[in-house]
Amino acid sequence: MEQYEPDRLSPAQVAAMRRSLRNGRAAMTRRSLLRASAGGALAVGGLGALSACGIPAAGKTQGGVSADDHSAKEKIVNFSNWTEYMDVDDSEKHHPTLDQFTKKTGIKVKYTEDINDNNEFFGKIKPQLAAGQDTGRDLIVLTDWLAGRLIRLGWVQKLDPSLLPHAYANLSAQFRSPDWDPGRAYSYVWQGISTVIAYNKKALDGVEVKSVSDLLDNPKLKGRVGFLSEMRDSIGMTLLDMGKDPAKFTADDYDAVIARLQKAVDKGQIRRFTGNDYTSDLTSGDFAACIAWAGDVVQLKADSPDIDFLIPDSGYMTSTDNLLIPNKARHKTNAERLIDYYYEPGPAAELAAYINYVCPVDGVKPELEKLDKDAANNPLIIPDKAMAAKSHAFRSLSSKEETEFEEKFAKLTGA
Amino acid sequence: MSTLAEAPPVAPAPEKRPPRQRGRLVPYWLLLPGILWLIVFFALPMIYQASTSVQTGSLEEGYKVTWHFATYWDALSQYWPQFLRSVAYAAAATVLCLVLGYPLAYLIAFRAGRWRNLIMILVIAPFFTSFLIRTLAWKTILADGGPVVGALNTLHVLDVTNWLGWTSGDRVLATPLAVVCGLTYNFLPFMILPLYTSLERIDGRLHEAAGDLYARPWTVFRRVTFPLSMPGVVSGTLLTFIPAAGDYVNADLLGSTDTRMVGNVIQSQFLRILDYPTAAALSFILMAAILVMVTVYIRKSGTEDLV
Repeated sequence: MEQYEPDRLSPAQVAAMRRSLRNGRAAMTRRSLLRASAGGALAVGGLGALSACGIPAAGKTQGGVSADDHSAKEKIVNFSNWTEYMDVDDSEKHHPTLDQFTKKTGIKVKYTEDINDNNEFFGKIKPQLAAGQDTGRDLIVLTDWLAGRLIRLGWVQKLDPSLLPHAYANLSAQFRSPDWDPGRAYSYVWQGISTVIAYNKKALDGVEVKSVSDLLDNPKLKGRVGFLSEMRDSIGMTLLDMGKDPAKFTADDYDAVIARLQKAVDKGQIRRFTGNDYTSDLTSGDFAACIAWAGDVVQLKADSPDIDFLIPDSGYMTSTDNLLIPNKARHKTNAERLIDYYYEPGPAAELAAYINYVCPVDGVKPELEKLDKDAANNPLIIPDKAMAAKSHAFRSLSSKEETEFEEKFAKLTGA
Repeated sequence: MSTLAEAPPVAPAPEKRPPRQRGRLVPYWLLLPGILWLIVFFALPMIYQASTSVQTGSLEEGYKVTWHFATYWDALSQYWPQFLRSVAYAAAATVLCLVLGYPLAYLIAFRAGRWRNLIMILVIAPFFTSFLIRTLAWKTILADGGPVVGALNTLHVLDVTNWLGWTSGDRVLATPLAVVCGLTYNFLPFMILPLYTSLERIDGRLHEAAGDLYARPWTVFRRVTFPLSMPGVVSGTLLTFIPAAGDYVNADLLGSTDTRMVGNVIQSQFLRILDYPTAAALSFILMAAILVMVTVYIRKSGTEDLV
């Protein structure tokens, strides 16, 4: 198994991180961080040279490729995000948190909602990044596996920790060290996405569903079960159900999951593999139960009393959407300041109150309680201890594994 | 060509030459934007795709042209079921479109009277909303507990379609039938519009003449109207069949794992598996297959001019 190894953190950064974890946020001051990163810069330089010898891949640059930073002269940041992933005011024209950022820093945010799908967006920016050109974007938001791929390809820039004191201190423990970017050298979480089981009470009609096994085996649900076309979510939930750890599974485990799902497809148990459109199947009752994204479920629940969700005993998957600065971005410093801004509890709470995803910022709960009590007490938005303990992440894949696994999954879904 | 006709020989004034030469170039200048458009948006992508289909490599190492034609054979041997399915679904949808569209086009052309414009607008109106939304609407129409499926169940239509293998169980969605219905709906206007233009140009007096010669209405249709509308039938079927064969939205939203068409395979190869050569090869195979089928069809139907 050739798993991708990102470059390590410097001892100083690791120490700073550990301190901040052990002693809480107070232990982490801007000064200590600056010191840590200054000392770390030397060590990172040395390590970087070593690892550059290790993986001589064409067109790959450790730490990303920076352009001249125009941040000081041009007070702008070009921010590309997913649709409906930002707070809006009643006129639907302004984004209050972004406006406050501009007021505070004088940096104008050119906010574009041009990401609809990870794969499509990758196809869109790939030519420029592969050719070493500016994409015209300073900040992009991508799901973890694609963020990992961009880091692996050397297409995103290393962040400057000294500009990210809040982000460094307030990032929730469960998101601190993904295996594709340990210690968050390149990325910070925008929002977390939990994958759970959603069901339609009316369509279930008394049939009990408690686990992924129920979805796959209960004959009463034949043809009324949905899985997601996102490979990591469907496979991850089934891995957990089979008692495997999605953070450590082997190729054989993967094949076992595919075989189990294939059986359910052949029996006609699984109706469809869907993208976001599962929401209409679930509300119409065509899906009695399905694997679903918690952010959608919060919304669906508010619209229809029949919809609810459950967390299987075996646990659930959490993935993240991550802020990244692509190579050659013209306003790196401005982008870093924007990242840090969203790790202040105030703006983070305002954002969390509006979009119902897992908030990655510690210390948001009291702020959010002031804005929206229900949201603050919703474990799908601010996970409590029990909830966080059941959360699992999918391990990163080497490019060879990724191709192999996606191919097998595509076969399963019919294409 | 009449614009380029020689000037009368009576006045061969030499000073008239320069403007005439410029005049000769005018058509080419007018063609230039179109040619540039075709080069940039058709020829170049085609060359790029053709080159991609014979490359090998990976994202990390980059891709190199190695003239690896085996990709074509591999793609075809692996995905021939999806190819067959695409052709079958597209053909079924085209036939359905013709059956549904012909009477409607006939009605608009000959019987609608002052309602003609209104009906035309109704035919075109679905284009005002997005393709995706229209397809998603079919999920509501064909929902398992909905009235349509209920009625089909009561009338035992679903028993027949189950037996034919078009549906499975008490549902229409996520079956081949739903995909064909979606394709039919989405491409119906492409059938009706050319049919209408063809029918509308038929001189009504031809019908009268046929009637005067003691032809029954059915004979008039069979011997006069239908043959004269053949150009419309041919272009309508082509405009329906070609995009339907390459469509992937209907199969994705209304279908299931066993209804995936070749468009879905290309999409997943290109975007998910990142196997660009296979995706490019599949596109070319689809294009070639459609080209061959269309050529044979046009030859057989004996209509060289399509309008």
